[in-house]
Amino acid sequence: MAVDVEPGATFTVVPVRRYGQIVLALVVALLVAWLAAAGASSHFVNPAVVGQYLLNPLILGGLANTIFVSIAAMVIGIVLGVVFAVMKMSSNTVLAAVSGFYIWFFRGTPVLVQLIFWFNGVPAVFHDLSLGIPFTHVIFFSMPMVAFMTPLAASLLGLGLNEGAYMAEIVRGGILAVDEGQVEAAQALGMVSAQTMRRIVLPQAMRVIIPPIGNEFISMLKTSSLASVVTFGELLRRASDIYSSNLFVVELLVVASLWYLLLTTVASIGQYYVEKRFARGTARAERETPWQAALRNLMKLRR
Amino acid sequence: MSMPALQTMRPMVRAEGVHKRFGRLEVLRGIDLEVQPREVMMLIGPSGSGKSTFLRCINHLEQINAGRIWVDGELVGYRQVGTTLYELHERELAQRRAEIGMVFQRFNLFPHMTALQNVMEAPILVKRVPRNEAAERARRLLERVGLAEKADVYPAQLSGGQQQRVAIARALAMEPKLMLFDEPTSALDPELVGEVLAVMRQLAHDGMTMIVVTHEMQFAREVGDRVVFMDGGVVVEQGPPEEVLANPKHERTRSFLARIL
Repeated sequence: MAVDVEPGATFTVVPVRRYGQIVLALVVALLVAWLAAAGASSHFVNPAVVGQYLLNPLILGGLANTIFVSIAAMVIGIVLGVVFAVMKMSSNTVLAAVSGFYIWFFRGTPVLVQLIFWFNGVPAVFHDLSLGIPFTHVIFFSMPMVAFMTPLAASLLGLGLNEGAYMAEIVRGGILAVDEGQVEAAQALGMVSAQTMRRIVLPQAMRVIIPPIGNEFISMLKTSSLASVVTFGELLRRASDIYSSNLFVVELLVVASLWYLLLTTVASIGQYYVEKRFARGTARAERETPWQAALRNLMKLRR
Repeated sequence: MSMPALQTMRPMVRAEGVHKRFGRLEVLRGIDLEVQPREVMMLIGPSGSGKSTFLRCINHLEQINAGRIWVDGELVGYRQVGTTLYELHERELAQRRAEIGMVFQRFNLFPHMTALQNVMEAPILVKRVPRNEAAERARRLLERVGLAEKADVYPAQLSGGQQQRVAIARALAMEPKLMLFDEPTSALDPELVGEVLAVMRQLAHDGMTMIVVTHEMQFAREVGDRVVFMDGGVVVEQGPPEEVLANPKHERTRSFLARIL
């Protein structure tokens, strides 16, 4: 029904009232308050103990070990991932099949099993680690497997090889996402396939690969806690070493969790800047950073 | 005629009985063509006639199933010993491709590099030109295509016409003896076609040997030394533009021209 108004009249717009949303917000807020109250009234966590152990040298050492093993396993994973991704896309069927088997096996078994396998299984099966010419008796170098398979070595092998299998699929997806015309243009300019891969395809694949690598790294910071079962002294292992003697179980788990949260938060922020760097040449590169956004909102509040 | 005239008798491109199949689809069914040095050949024909495929066979982006192609006297993709053809190694293929410039319908600029880097990349990587020398030459080439001020801009920030001009500069940076154009203006907005054609016209004027797959009949008529009409994987008719375009002898040419003009 049309209602006549005077020409040039201004209108008032009334936004839709979303009553459902208000009710839902109240219910959720109540639930959160109830949980917080339950937590506060419990006597399981002694904040003083948490504070006391937060900067404990053993814990800080564990933190350093967690950071180190995560970064090292990630580097191993990325290198293996690129190699196996290129192998899987190779026209050489033997290379493609070996890569396919590697990815299938290491993605198909739990990383916890793989860690125990490297640490306990391998030294049980192979007595010595030897370097020589296969199928001959020529040996350049040999050492007992138990001496080689330290907790650190087992952790790096277990986490790195497992990560490599996931990275291979991520890298392969990134390479496939690069337009075929890019390869043709590079070939037409006289580049050979290795040059095309290194200068044209991989840099563009990085834009697709970087966000999942960030997620994988954040995930790795937490997965590295599994290395505690092979007695590697990372954050969780150090926390459990301490609570098994003083029995402040929950407090030390809280200490470890706080450090994990800090690590993953810092990694998420880092991921944002790395993504921005690799989005060069796209509209996405022009977007503002979280800091810029926060600053802009702050300015809006002041006005 | 003097002696140099005899030397120009060696064609820049010579195709002999070229066949190409994609699975069971026969795209090229016996192409015989010659392109002389400094000649500008316009390849026209309906879509699916095989003209783009033929172009891509010349720098071995597509492998032919039968026949032979020579560029500047060298067999494309193979080394012939008697009646045996030995497939060339990747590095040899790349060396020959480096001497043939190609411009694509969809530009195919490298999106992670600036216009200048796009033009510099191949000379540095393939021809081992020192970086500062390559940069200087790239700037001159961008100036030549009228984009000197866009040197440090990424392709995404350029219009289609500007991207295609950068792509032409990128191909010229390798100092090719032959330029292949695969429908260079088909992906462009109509008002951007002119700037690309102007660059190509200048290039033809400077004496570059060019094979151009195009639907721009006006351009073909003005710039082409010869027009070749392909349909169904064969050359139906060829000759000077004014003859083929204004006075086609073959029925298929007539009906094609009637449809697009």
